Amino acid sequence: MSESAQTGQAIVPPARIGRRGRMSRVWRVLRKAPPTAWFGMIVIALYLVTAVFAPLLAPYPETELVGGAFEPWGGQFVLGTDQLGRDMLSRLIYGARNSVGIAFMTTMLSFILGSALGLTAAISRGWVDQVLSRAVDVLMSIPQLIFALVLLSIVGSSIFNLVIIIAVLDSTRVFRLSRSVAQGVVVMDYVEAARLRGEKLPWIMRREILPNIMAPLVAEFGLRFCFVFLTISALSFLGLGIQPPTADWGSMVRDNAALITYGDVTPLLPAGAIALLTVAMNFVVDWFLHKTSGLRE
Amino acid sequence: MSESTEKLKLAEKLVGRGQVSRRQFVQLALAAGFTAAAAETMFVKAARAEPKKGGSAKFGLAHGATTDSLDPAGYPDTATQIPFAGAMSNNLTVVDAEGNIHPDLAESFEPGDDAATWIFKIRNGVTFHDGKSVTPEDVIASFQHHMGADSKSAAKSLLTDVKEIKADGKDKVVFVLGGANADFPYVASEYHIPIMPAKDGKADWQSGVRTGAYVFGEWEPGVRAHLTRNPNYHGTAWFDDVEFLTIADVTARTAALTAGQIHWISRADLKTLNLLKRDPNVNIDEVTGLGHYTFPMHVNAAPFDNVDVRTALKYAVNRQDVVDKVFLGHAAPGNDNPIAPGVKFAVDPEPKFTYDPEKAKFHLKKAGMENLKVDLSVADAAFNGAVDAAVLYQQHAKAAGIDINIIREPNDGYWDNVWLKKPWCASYWGGRPTCDWMFTTVYAKGAGWNETNWANPRFNELLVQGRAETDEKKRATIYAEMQQLVHDDCGALVLVFNNYVDASSKKLAHGKIAGNWEGDGFKIAERWWFA
Amino acid sequence: MNPVLRTVLQRLGLGIATLFVVSIIISLTIEMLPGDFARAILGQSATPETVAAFQREVGLDRHPALRYLDWIGGVVRGDFGESYASAGSLAGHRRLVADMIGPRLLNTLFLASAAALIAVPLSLFLGVLAALYRNSIFDRVVNIVSLTSISSPEFFLAYILIMFLAVKFPIFVSLASISPNMPFLDRLYVIALPTLTLVLVIVAQMMRMTRAAIINLLASPYIEMSRLKGAKPLQIIVRHALPNAWAPIVNVIALNLAYLVVGVVVVEVVFTYPGIGQLMVDAVSKRDLPVVQGCALVFAATYILLNLLADIVTIVSNPRLLHPR
Repeated sequence: MSESAQTGQAIVPPARIGRRGRMSRVWRVLRKAPPTAWFGMIVIALYLVTAVFAPLLAPYPETELVGGAFEPWGGQFVLGTDQLGRDMLSRLIYGARNSVGIAFMTTMLSFILGSALGLTAAISRGWVDQVLSRAVDVLMSIPQLIFALVLLSIVGSSIFNLVIIIAVLDSTRVFRLSRSVAQGVVVMDYVEAARLRGEKLPWIMRREILPNIMAPLVAEFGLRFCFVFLTISALSFLGLGIQPPTADWGSMVRDNAALITYGDVTPLLPAGAIALLTVAMNFVVDWFLHKTSGLRE
Repeated sequence: MSESTEKLKLAEKLVGRGQVSRRQFVQLALAAGFTAAAAETMFVKAARAEPKKGGSAKFGLAHGATTDSLDPAGYPDTATQIPFAGAMSNNLTVVDAEGNIHPDLAESFEPGDDAATWIFKIRNGVTFHDGKSVTPEDVIASFQHHMGADSKSAAKSLLTDVKEIKADGKDKVVFVLGGANADFPYVASEYHIPIMPAKDGKADWQSGVRTGAYVFGEWEPGVRAHLTRNPNYHGTAWFDDVEFLTIADVTARTAALTAGQIHWISRADLKTLNLLKRDPNVNIDEVTGLGHYTFPMHVNAAPFDNVDVRTALKYAVNRQDVVDKVFLGHAAPGNDNPIAPGVKFAVDPEPKFTYDPEKAKFHLKKAGMENLKVDLSVADAAFNGAVDAAVLYQQHAKAAGIDINIIREPNDGYWDNVWLKKPWCASYWGGRPTCDWMFTTVYAKGAGWNETNWANPRFNELLVQGRAETDEKKRATIYAEMQQLVHDDCGALVLVFNNYVDASSKKLAHGKIAGNWEGDGFKIAERWWFA
Repeated sequence: MNPVLRTVLQRLGLGIATLFVVSIIISLTIEMLPGDFARAILGQSATPETVAAFQREVGLDRHPALRYLDWIGGVVRGDFGESYASAGSLAGHRRLVADMIGPRLLNTLFLASAAALIAVPLSLFLGVLAALYRNSIFDRVVNIVSLTSISSPEFFLAYILIMFLAVKFPIFVSLASISPNMPFLDRLYVIALPTLTLVLVIVAQMMRMTRAAIINLLASPYIEMSRLKGAKPLQIIVRHALPNAWAPIVNVIALNLAYLVVGVVVVEVVFTYPGIGQLMVDAVSKRDLPVVQGCALVFAATYILLNLLADIVTIVSNPRLLHPR
């Protein structure tokens, strides 16, 4: 939060890359992974496959009206149809592509932006740090959801605008985290040494600092990823998220949420899809953290 | 009719007044050949039929904002319309559930020598909530509140034709109009024009002192309004007090109703209506309103300047499918006549525009525009389901070789930037209670809200004729021809007439529900009671 | 100078500058929104004349920069201006922004405190336990439950709670409509469900940070040392790890508290709770600029103050920062 809030972070020695090939090294690490991590990785892989091959997997097209409204489960439509007669299963499958794709792109963008600026601020210090930090302070003190709502009203609610706006607003948090973690690293002797050697800023960032702050950043990635999901679905709730007829899980929860008060489980499907992915992602992150923290037990 | 059924009829009436016990009634019903269960139901129904006083009613409204104001120049939605226009205020006249006009604060009204002057006589002894009598000055100030150069009232355009308002003696107000208007008493019933006390010649809207069934109490704009019964009301009001809550989220509204926290909700969720119907404590109340959803085309912009293109587009949409899928059956398909079936002089012009891709193709061919490609601008701000309706339309029109390109517009600012500006878009009309009013507002040449830019000479000629005509039969002929003209030639694609679908606790009872506005013509607090 | 005092003063100064920039940004973005107050109120029934009359009355016909200067001048004198909704009102009926925000802010703080009083101790407790019994069944269950709860949209959690606790088993009420003269216990009762929803939303992140921060330290030499000295695991965590883990934990708590004040508009909508978030969304959709500005300032100030508090805790909890070389 402040110039001085980073002392709690662990300082991790840089990962050493052995002579043996990367592949076999990766395999060696994976073999030792706990079952939860395996579960997480398999789930993520399944989601990715679903997202990539959605058109092949889905029995019906994403937006086409293929049946009557609210057809029941089973038979021609495995999970029934929605209020316009679109196949629910197909929309869930396409939803993987849209939701995961959009949330992943947004999170990646916000991490690239946030950590690049955060590292720049931590390394440069001085006025660069001041300007960036103050700008981020300003952005963070405006309520994110409402600000996103206003900005989307101005520029129009397209997927591109949604990704850019949420990524920029979200990158403030990544900036804060990466800056505060990096501040602990930049004072280390090996960074000082690199600086004295006359290495350029990007080199120091990539080779000396980034590997050492990867752990908290990756941990944050899992959480931010699901917050992006939530922000998008909250925007849909307030009427400005991903627009129909595009299938995305957040809006699918929103559209069918009223059913839950009558005990109909349909809205649980997209919500469950979001939850499962988040859990899986965090399992992998936890394992990664555990590995890098150097805690042996 | 046998003797026993006759007795039963009489008993039904007496039950309503509490003069026949349940046991006596059931015995009579059994004698008349009904089963015991049926007799029970009949008793409950009969007992509910007669209104009685008492109880605190809570209403859940879909609207409400912190910017809401007591000023009737605004009243943008039901959060102000139902409590302030409906429950707290009266107009000179009021429209009943059958669409007929009745005097309200006025005791009577009559045209002068022609329909260009109207004389309203104020009801004897009627007072405001603070005890002051209603005078012609109050009426004049209330109308003038919406007139004049500085008026920011939504009713301003409605009253442009009023040239002069003057008092005639102690209880008469004379309206002098620019031209004859046989429907002027309907105008006086419009919810923006309640009668308010005059203070220094200006209408005092801020105190909340009006004449209505309920007296202004606590109010947190955008949250809740609490009103108590007016003991000196000139009509009848049954509840002791009423509370109006803004519950914007439909799921929350429904949950509050089913949990018994409130007694009535507006705009029930259509998607889950069948599930709500199963709730033994809830009634669904559905009335077809005057409101309708349209896709207006600018008749002076290509390709809509060709009447055959317009006709082809009218044939290319399956309105029943839209009703079934977008409104889940809770609407009536339109026939490109903006006059709702419940309005006086309404007709249903021929030929019916039902889905017929072949006819659509025929008209396109006539226009020389096979493989027509057109843009349609929509947003759900126009009406809920506009985007879904457009998606369906797109699919229907494919069969006629028409390629509709849907342009999704932002909800925010839709009425400023899209409506009246784009050549084809989605629009909504709350509906007007008379032919003349609807036509003057939207279809007359040069009307501010003429969303089709339609200027049909014959139509505009008839419009003036119909306004001045007092012979009912002649008016009927005139308005029938006008509706035919709009149907055949105008660019308005009247998709559906909407239904007001509300839900209420079975504890409430009511008479026939008016469809002229939401919430029993905004008068729910006055017209309903606890059974 | 005392480092704590210096930080406080420095941050307060920065905070005021931040507020100033925020107000400019909000003004600019609202100006860029299509439509204005007059059109938003009149909707479809706006005509050029009535819109112009409206604009004259609320002063929207003046240049945005002039309006902003007027407003900021008033704020400096402690006058937050009045809502456009009081256009045409006489004295005594005017709607001051301060009067509109005041009660709403109190409502929001009431709900936020209720949620925080449950969520913060609970998440610390669970976090410490999860770190203590890391990789056990308990750790995993808490982990999965908390992850599931944060990865479900707020309105969805709210609907599920409504279904079970208000409709199926009517223990609580789904309408959190509180009025000014309601007894305290009644207030607590009607906000039970929104409080519970918020607790579910925020516990996970704080709990996970507590667990991660502690586990992070368990590998450090001084913990190894105390372990070798034979200290019990709980003792190590509470006595040795936790004090050094405060910084990240407090920062996450501050973020979540800020969220409770600033970001709960969805929960407010679902439970129709008259909080300040809904006020701001209302004001944005009606383009009621003075109210939007007022709300934005309150939100920004909350955020800045909470972060300042977190910084102070960080400094106080760390001797190296409290007594710099």
